[in-house]
Amino acid sequence: MEIFIINLIGATLRVSTPILLAAIGETYAERAGILNLGIEGTMFFGAFIGFFVADKSGSLWLGFLIAVLSGVIFGLLMALLTVTLGVNQHVSGLGITMLCTGLSLFAFRLNYGGRSIPPSIESFQQLAPFKNIPWLNTLTEQYLFTYIAFLVIVPLAWWLLYRTSFGLKIRSVGENPEAADAAGVNVFAVRYAALAIGGGLMAAGGAFLSLAQLGAFTHGIIAGRGWVAIAIVIFGNWNPVRAMWGALIFGGASALQLRLQTMGLQLPIPYETFLALPYIVTIIALVLAGRNASYPAALLKPYRRE
Amino acid sequence: METSRLRLRFVKTDNPPVWVRPLIPVLALVVTFILTSALIFWANANPFETYYHFLIAPLTNKVSALEILVKATPLMLTGAAVTFAFAAGYYNIGAEGQLFAGAIAAAGLGVAMKEVPAFITIPTIVIAGFAAGMLWATIPALLKVKLQVDEVVTTLLLNSVMGFIVSALLNGPWRDPNSGWPQSPEIGASAIFFKLIPRSRLNLGFVIGLLVILVLWFVLTRTSFGLKMRAVGLGKPAARFAGIHVGRTTLIAALVSGGIAGIAGVAEVAGIQYHLIGDLSAGYGYTGIIIATLGSLNAVGVFIASLFFGLVDAGAQTVSRVLGVPVYLGEVTQATMLLVALGFFLLQRYRLRRM
Repeated sequence: MEIFIINLIGATLRVSTPILLAAIGETYAERAGILNLGIEGTMFFGAFIGFFVADKSGSLWLGFLIAVLSGVIFGLLMALLTVTLGVNQHVSGLGITMLCTGLSLFAFRLNYGGRSIPPSIESFQQLAPFKNIPWLNTLTEQYLFTYIAFLVIVPLAWWLLYRTSFGLKIRSVGENPEAADAAGVNVFAVRYAALAIGGGLMAAGGAFLSLAQLGAFTHGIIAGRGWVAIAIVIFGNWNPVRAMWGALIFGGASALQLRLQTMGLQLPIPYETFLALPYIVTIIALVLAGRNASYPAALLKPYRRE
Repeated sequence: METSRLRLRFVKTDNPPVWVRPLIPVLALVVTFILTSALIFWANANPFETYYHFLIAPLTNKVSALEILVKATPLMLTGAAVTFAFAAGYYNIGAEGQLFAGAIAAAGLGVAMKEVPAFITIPTIVIAGFAAGMLWATIPALLKVKLQVDEVVTTLLLNSVMGFIVSALLNGPWRDPNSGWPQSPEIGASAIFFKLIPRSRLNLGFVIGLLVILVLWFVLTRTSFGLKMRAVGLGKPAARFAGIHVGRTTLIAALVSGGIAGIAGVAEVAGIQYHLIGDLSAGYGYTGIIIATLGSLNAVGVFIASLFFGLVDAGAQTVSRVLGVPVYLGEVTQATMLLVALGFFLLQRYRLRRM
C-alpha cells in the first residue's frame, strides 16, 4: 500500500509538470488581461518542433530551446492580434490553436509520412539523486524539468508577479489599464511581454511531453491538457502557487487512472471512465472555485488609447 | 519648414468608403495564399499548380463540385450553431462535443429503428440528435446561468469528456460485431439520408443545413427573440435594464446552439458514414467558430463561409492526392485566413490620411 502511494505521488509530479508550466504561462497572460486560448496549439507546436529539432539535430536541448522560442513567437502573434489590433480574444486564441495544430501536422506528415508507429527519440534521462533509498528514489526519480517547474518556476513566477515592479505592472494592466497608463506604464509593452513569457512556458510544457515523458510525437500528445490548464488558472485564482495545487489535483487524478489501468483490474465500468475522471474533477473544482473566482477586471477587454 | 516626406496617419472612421468593403475579403485571401505558399514550397510543389488543384480544379467537374457541398454541410450546421450562441454573447466552444452527442443518438436509433419506415425514422433521428446535442449543452449552460461558471472552459473540457464517451462506446458495447473495428454497427436503411443526386455523396443533410441557415436568418433578423439575443450579446447590463430576461435568453440560445450542433452529428452519421466512428468530425465544431466569425455572425455570411471552406477542404484532399502535399494544408489555410481576416476587418474602420 505504501509503495502504491509513493508510486502515485511520484507519477503525480511527473504528470502535473506540463500542465503546471502551461497553467503558469496562462496565468501571466490572463493577469495582463488576455485570455490566451492559443494555449492548446502552442503546447502542440512546442511538442512537435521540440521533437523535430531534437530528432534532426541530435540535441534534446536545442529542441527544447527552439520549442520555447516558438512559444514566445506565438505569444507575440497573439499579442499582435489582441493587444495591437484589439481582435476578439476567444476567436484569435482558437485561430492560433488551429494554426499551430495544422502547421505541426503538416510538417509532421511531410517529414515522417503517415506511418502507424510514431517515430521516437532517445529522450531526456530522469535524475535519481537518492538511488540507494528505494522509497525515496521512487519519489525523487524525476526529469530535470519537473524539478525546475516545481522548485524554480513556481516560486520565481510568484515572486515576479507579487514582489517586483514588473509584476505590479502586469497585474495593473490586467485590472485597470487606464489607471496604469495614467501612471506611466506602457500597457501595450507589458501585455506583449506577459504573452511572450506565457507562450514560452506553454510550449515548454508541450516539449516536456515529447522530449522527456514520451520521447515521441503523436497526434494525441496534448489531448486537451491546454484546456485543463485554463481551468486550473481559474481554480488557482490567477496565483501561480495555487495553480500548482490545481495542477497536482489534476495530475493526481490522471496518475491514479494510469495506475488503475496498469493494475489490469477487471472493472464493471469502461477504463475511459478513469480517463474522463480528471476532466470531470476539474469541472467540479471549477464550480467550487467559481463563487470566489476574481477574474482580472480587464480580462477580454482590448485597451484603446483615446 | 518644408518636408518632402509624406506624413501619414491612421484615422478612425465609422463609415468606411463603399469600395473598401468588397476589397477586404479579396485582400485577405491574397495575403493568406501568399503566406501559405511557404508551406507549398517546403513540400517541393509548384504553388501555381497547387493552387489550381486546391481552388479551381474542384469546381471544374460535377463530382468534385458536389463534394464541396458535401464538405460544406457539417460546416453550415456547426457555423449556424456557433453563431446562435455567439450572437447572444454565450461563447459555446463545445460544438464538437455536442456534434458527437447528436451522432451517438443517430447511430443508436438508426440501428434500433431498422424495422420502422424511413418517413418516421429520419425525422425521429434528426429530432433525437437535436435533443442529444441540447442535453449535452445543458451542463455548461446551467453552470453558466445558475453558478456563473465560465462556459468557455467547461465546454472545452466537455469536448474531451465526450471524446472518452465515444471511445468507451466504440471499444465496448457498440464495437462492430462483424468487423471488430471500433465503429458502431451500420444503421438501418430506413435511417440513411437519401441522396439528392445519384452516384454522389450529396444527401438530405445539405437540405437540412440550408433549412437551418434559413431558420437562423429568420430568428436573428425577424423575431423579437433574435432582437433580445443580440441585445444580450451586445451587453448584459444594458439588456437587463431594458427588461430582458438575460439568464433565460442565454440559456435558450445555448441549448438551441447545442441542438443544431447535434444535427451536424446526425447528418454525418446518417448521410456519410452510416456508423459512429471516432474520426466522424474533422474538428467541425471548432471550424464552426471560424465560419461564424468570418460570416460576421449572420446567416448569409455563415452560408458563404461554409461553401468556401467546403472548397478548401475538398481542394486540400485533391492536392494531397495529386501532388502529395499533406492534406493539413487545408487546416493551415483556414486558420491563416481567419487570423488575416480578423486583422483586415479592423483595418476597414481606419483610413489613411495625409497629415
